[in-house]
Order: sequence, then structure tokens, then C-alpha cells
Amino acid sequence: MNFESIVSNFKQLVPSSVDYWSLRLTIDSVESLDVRESVLQTPNFNQSCGAHITLINEGGIAYSATSQLDNIGLKNAINAALQWTVINKQRNLINTSLYPRLNRSGSYQTKIEQAWSSISTADKISLLQAINKSLKINDTIVDYQATLSYRSTESLLVSSDEFSIEQNFHYVIPGFYAVANKGTQTQMRSGGGWGSAKQGGLEQLAAFNFPESAQQTAEEALMLVEAAECPTGEHSLLLMPNQMMLQIHESIGHPLELDRILGDERNYAGTSFVNEPMFGNYQYGSPLLNVSSNAQIPEEMATYAFDDEGTVSEKTLLIRNGVLEKALGGASSQTRSPLSGVANARACDWNRPAMDRMANLNVEPGDKTFQELIANIEYGVLMDTNKSWSIDDSRNKFQFGCEFGRIIKNGELKEVVRNPNYRGVSSTFWRNLSAVGDETTFEVWGTPYCGKGEPNQMIHVGHASPACVFNNVSVFGGA
Amino acid sequence: MSHPMKNYFRELTAKLFVQLKSQEILLVNYEAEESDFCRFNQNKIRQAGHVIQQTLRIELIYNNRECSAHFNLCGHLPNDMQQCKTALTQLRNQITHIPENPFIHFLTEPKDSCYEGENRLPELEEIIPSQMNYAQSLDLVGIWASGSITRGFANSIGQFNWHTDYNFNFDWSIHHQQDKAIKQNYAGSYWNLSEFQKKIDSARETLPLLSVKPKTIQPGKYRVFLTATALHEILELLSWGGFGLKSHRTSQTPLLKMVKDNTALNEKVSIYEEHRKGLTPHFTQQGFLTPESVSLIENGYYKNCLNNNRSAKEYGETVNCSIEHPQSLWMKPGSLAQEDILQTLDTGLYISNLWYCNYSDRNNCRITGMTRFACFWVENGVAVAPVNVMRFDESIYQMLGGNLIDLTKENEQILDPSSYEKRSEASATLPGALIDNFTFTL
Repeated sequence: MNFESIVSNFKQLVPSSVDYWSLRLTIDSVESLDVRESVLQTPNFNQSCGAHITLINEGGIAYSATSQLDNIGLKNAINAALQWTVINKQRNLINTSLYPRLNRSGSYQTKIEQAWSSISTADKISLLQAINKSLKINDTIVDYQATLSYRSTESLLVSSDEFSIEQNFHYVIPGFYAVANKGTQTQMRSGGGWGSAKQGGLEQLAAFNFPESAQQTAEEALMLVEAAECPTGEHSLLLMPNQMMLQIHESIGHPLELDRILGDERNYAGTSFVNEPMFGNYQYGSPLLNVSSNAQIPEEMATYAFDDEGTVSEKTLLIRNGVLEKALGGASSQTRSPLSGVANARACDWNRPAMDRMANLNVEPGDKTFQELIANIEYGVLMDTNKSWSIDDSRNKFQFGCEFGRIIKNGELKEVVRNPNYRGVSSTFWRNLSAVGDETTFEVWGTPYCGKGEPNQMIHVGHASPACVFNNVSVFGGA
Repeated sequence: MSHPMKNYFRELTAKLFVQLKSQEILLVNYEAEESDFCRFNQNKIRQAGHVIQQTLRIELIYNNRECSAHFNLCGHLPNDMQQCKTALTQLRNQITHIPENPFIHFLTEPKDSCYEGENRLPELEEIIPSQMNYAQSLDLVGIWASGSITRGFANSIGQFNWHTDYNFNFDWSIHHQQDKAIKQNYAGSYWNLSEFQKKIDSARETLPLLSVKPKTIQPGKYRVFLTATALHEILELLSWGGFGLKSHRTSQTPLLKMVKDNTALNEKVSIYEEHRKGLTPHFTQQGFLTPESVSLIENGYYKNCLNNNRSAKEYGETVNCSIEHPQSLWMKPGSLAQEDILQTLDTGLYISNLWYCNYSDRNNCRITGMTRFACFWVENGVAVAPVNVMRFDESIYQMLGGNLIDLTKENEQILDPSSYEKRSEASATLPGALIDNFTFTL
């Protein structure tokens, strides 16, 4: 796809009478390799490319998206959008005169130290085969898999105001898991970044302990299948960064999305217990809680220079010393609210429109080493790696489960426990934050699988956090 | 009238197959949709638009090796053919570097099929304003989605399958305040305005009950009625790994106790994958034709798994699905008449919708989730107040085992409104369920 010629053709085709237009062109490429039980699964090369058009005309606003990028396809897409502007101009929730327009040009490029192509496909497959050998440590391991994928996204956003934003992203998506079974007891343990990803090249694998932690992952699966159930009670809870990821995502990220607060998601992803008057005064968490929307960590998944409405991305504190300050609302949502927001209007691909999505949402580091976090717990449970998540549609009553648990007794780590779960209420849980790990406990995670919107969109988000301790949490196990 | 892309796909694949070298086999899957989406909030249009997407997946098989490429088509034959050639070259370069795959599995005796639904969709210029006018003064939130969905399969050994359908799915909720709302859906291939109006009328009749002061129930065990929609949320979770052959053979199914301990559900529970009663194509991405029906659970006992092409080869079974996740789930109804639901419930919770289900303990198939939308507290057979959202945590072996009192006499068909990447054609036909001692925890 030649972006330049498509833009040129589009400019010829779009009626000059249209009040405003923007055109977003995207090429999204994924190459994936999976080896399961030492057998290579069918390797896939996926490429998605298309155009997303937004038109404002006579008070109506609409989008159109097409994978047909010749003049006929672009003309049909323009006509379809124009037809929708006629239908909605009298019935519009958006004041089109306030709709955010691109007001600058710019570019962004992911920093890469070791390119995906620097290792041959055959060598990548050999690496995955070697990981499989490390995972199959005995016959109790009944399923195991290693994966390594690469994704690149090229995006060009141009508008009738002659501004242009070009961004190129590269991601590496690694991971492995081992499943142990004895009778009716099955436990899965994952590692190497399974379920997550990082922006950058193959140099990012080391931060996920890929492939080094494969055997440990299998050993932990064996431990879990033999372990006692997590105890039940109100205890201290130490969440490791890759469970903090989920906790931040579900009980801070989604409730702070401005489109949810404005009611757009009430039929699908849900509403929010947060409302507009709470900003500036609501005690969301203990004074130890500082939460940022942060586009300054290069390897975090949703680091970018501009969102899909052209707003410049930067680091912004949303919760400062426990007090709620800002919402996760892009420029178009801000036209419907007195609240200020951040650059987080994002679309998952060319075939969907932009809406409010959390991008990189992080908990800022505190001042406790990992040993200090443990040392101050008389009795509690350490929980690591999410495996179950459920929260109400206002993002308040939650229950989360993890793959791996360990008892903490008198300031020391003790035995492994299986099926560790905990439940609580967002609006009180964060106020029980009693200790925050320092930079040495801080890890960058994220997920490619945040679902929201009508029509539905699955998008990647980043979450970085230190390990954190919460007091008086209801924890429990299985059976 | 035949879909315009049917001949295009036939012509494109014929040209592509000519490019193949000796002993190369190519499987080609075509997916397309032309969709209109209109998103509502406060009974106004939040976002509206049109999406045309066409993709081709080509899978090259050579010398017991296999790799695939997936890309968009533009609909212009020379350009698309060039894309296909480029992808084929890429796959040929790749296939020499990869090991043999012992589980390659595709249909080797060609079986053609064709389904072309009739386009009876309404004109958007008429339908959207009429919907909004009828819902005037209501806080309606939701999504209208409509248009064509097309799937094609062809392989280089002569098979050709085609599926085109046209449907709409209007999924909405009408809100009283905050999270108190009535969830509704109207989906199908033929739009009947009066059907829609009946639903809106029904919502208007129910709204006053939502304005009653909500009841907060304490954690504990309650008698509940789950509507078909609420039961669907539970079965949707169960469908992730519950019925797939791979998850069974690797002991990861949440129904492990049914398989290994012969633990049974209530004898009233019979669940089938009814391929022919659903909306999905009857062919798989490897050209296999799906059977009419697969019995998953019969009279409370586990029966068969869903076997995709790879698992079937790996574990020596017959292919009976495209993916190992039910797409056309059907559950046998019971004897509870619709008009007797509240009287039989007597005192407890009428649960219209559940939400965000997940496992608390997968080995024991213990599921947690939330109530959502219009759930009511019922006293002596009368709905008296909406209930504030509650978290449940209950094993399938209790809720569909000893604690299941009855299922409704009538089934309800639920057409999946989801649209991740593309509009879903999945559906489920289910009864409602009356259950005793249902556990709420938070």
C-alpha cells in the first residue's frame, strides 16, 4: 500500500464542500510462531490494511472504512459516510463544530535495538523447540507451548487542514506455559511474557526472562498441582507487578474512562462508579497511590506520540497522593464534559473508529524494597500472574484470581498455595494500599486484549507497576 | 441473485491454483462483510459508519509442511492476484525452513456447498429515524449493526464452498438511572417494526419498577430464576475450553470431573451443538462439512467433544466443528411455563442478566460473575424492587446439578451481537433456569 498515492487520490475524490475530513491509513502486520508439545503449529503471516475516513458535513459526522483502496473503493467509502452524515445531522450526540481537528504534524518510531529479522525463522523455531524441552520436565506436564510473535503497525493520519501524523510501531510478543495434571487437579503456570508484549525488538525478551525461566515455569506448575489451597480470611495481600497490571486495568483504568462516565458504554462494557464531581477531591486510594497516564516508557505497549485524534501524548498524573485529578478522556469526549483528559482516543485498526481507551496506565514506584515489603507482613499471601478476572459494570465489586500464591508469615516467604483468589470493592480496596515497592520492584507489563466499544474493539494497553501491599483483603482458594 | 463476490472468488482462486507447482496444495478461505454500525447514547447517535472488509487466507501445504498468510483484498482482480502471488512466494520461501507437521488435516474428497441468503434488510434512512422516534424520551444506549456476511472456501483439489447471509442485530438497553436499566435485543434477517415497538412498549411498562428503591441483599444462598440470557453468560464461559477435544485430552476442561470422575449434572440438562439450527457456515476452514448436531451433554452426563481438524488428527477423532467452541448451542427445555415463573420462584431473585463471568476454581467448575441490568427481588410471586448488583460464586455442579429445580418450557434464541474484528454469527437457543441455593458472596 502506497500511503502517498492513496492520500493524493482521496483528496481528488472527497467533495470540496465537506466541512472537515480526516483519513487514517493503517498497515498492521503480524508474524507468529508457536511450538506446542514440540510440534510447530502452522506459522501465520497476517497483514491488515485499510482506510478509515471521518467526514463532517452540514452538522452531521460519520465514518467509513474500507479495505478497497483504489478510487472506486475510496469513492464508495466517501459516499457511505456522507449518507450517514445525512441521517445523523439532526440526531447527533456530538456538536460537530467542537469536534477536535488535527492541529499539528509529527511522527513517531519505536526504538529497536535488535530487529526481528536479525534471527532467522529456523533459529526462532529452534529456540521455541528448546523451550518446549525445558517445559516437559516429567509426565505430570500434560500440555506445554512456547510462542514468539512480531507485530508492526504503520499509521498515517491526515486531515483537510493539511496536517499529517505518521507513526510506526513494533512489538514483540513472547511467552510459554506448562500444564500439570494429577487426577482431577490441573494447574497451569505461564512465563516468559505469556499474555503480554513489549514495544521494541528482540532485545525486549530478556526483561520477560524469555527463554531462561521456562524450566522454573514447569517446576512451579508441578508445585501448584501438589500445593494446598489458598487459605480463606482477611489478610495482607502482596500483589506482584503482573497482577498489579490487572488490578490497575480493571479498577482504575476502566472507571476513569470518560466515555464510560458519559454513558457511551452502558449497554456493553458498562458504566463507572466515578462521576464528574469526584475529580479534584475524591480519595481514590491511600496517600501512597500515584497513578499516571504515561507515554514516556519506550518499551511499554501503548507509548506513542499522538493518539488517533492527533492529540499529543505526555505523562500526566491522574491520581496524586490518593486523590483523583484527571480522567482518561480524549479530545472528542472532552467536548462533552467539563473535565480535562489525556491523549487516549484510539482505534484498534483501520476498520473501527477512535474512542477513549486507557493507553499506558501506571502506578508510580514508592520507597520499599521487595524484602521490606515482605518483612512488614505478619500473615498474608503473595499473588502472581492473573488467571481470572471479574468486576461489576460500574467497576466496583471485583474478584480476581492468580496462577501462583505463596504464604507470607512473620515477614518471610513460606509455602506455595494454589488457586489464590481475592475479592473487594474498588472504592475501598485502593485505600487499603499500605506499602509500595521501589524502582527495583517496578516492572513493565501490558495486555493486547482489552475489549470495549460498540462495534467491539480489542486493543493493547500498557501497565507498569511496582509490587504493592494491601491490608485486610478477603482472600480464598478453591473447592 | 448470486453474491457478486462469489464469481470473483472462483475466478481469483482458479488463477491462483494455476500458479502452484507439483505437489503443492493450497487451501483458500475468503471472509467479507459489509456493515453499517450506528451507536446510540441518550437516544442520540454517538457514532455511525460503514465498514467494508474483505480478507483472504491462503494455506500452503507441501512436503508435509504447512504455513499460511492472511491479507485484505481490494476487489480489483489484477491487484488482488498480485497480492496472492506475493503471499505465495513468501510462503514458499518460509516452508523450506520449517519442520514437518504431523497434524496437517484437510478434506481430500471435495464436497461443494452453497448457501445464499436473501437480502431483506431495511433501508437505514427509514429505520434509524423510526427507531429513535419510537424510543423518544427514553435513555436508549446501544448498537445497530446490519449488512452482509460472506465466507468462501476453495482448494486446489477442486472443492468450492460458499456462504452469504444478511442480518441485523440491534442490541440496546433503556436506562432509568445509573446502572438500573432494561436490556433488550432484536436480531434477525427481516425487520418488523411492530416487533421492535412491542419491546419498547414492554420496557416502558417495566421502567416504573426500576424507580422503586433498590434492595441490597446480603451475601448468602437464594432461590433464583436465570433468564435464557443470564444462563447464556454462564454457558458462554463454559464454552471456553469446556467442550473442546484438546482441552479434554490435556485435562484442562473445566468439566474435568464429569470426564474423569463421571460426576453428573441434573438429568434435565442436555446440551447440543446444533450446527444446522445456527447461522454459521456449514464448512470449516479446511473444507470439512460439519455434522447436523453434536451431543455434548445428555441427561446430565458428558457425551462428545467438539473436534477441530487439528485435534481430530492428533487424537484420532472425526472433525465435527470449525472451532472447538460452540457456535450454535442448543439446550433442551424443561417444563416450567413462562407464566408460572414468578409464582414458582416464590421469593428470591429474578435475574435478567449476568455479566463478566470467570472461574473461581476451574477444577471444580466454580464460576463467579455479577448480576446486571434489571434484576428484581420477588416476594410471594411478585417482583417488588430492583436489586443492587451482587456477585455470585457457584459451581456448575450445584447450579445445573442438584440445585436445578426446572428449566422453562420455551427456549429463546439469542443471536450474538459481538463484533470483535468482524460481526459474529454465533447463536444459542436456551431455556431459563430456576435454581435453589444460589450463592452470592459480595
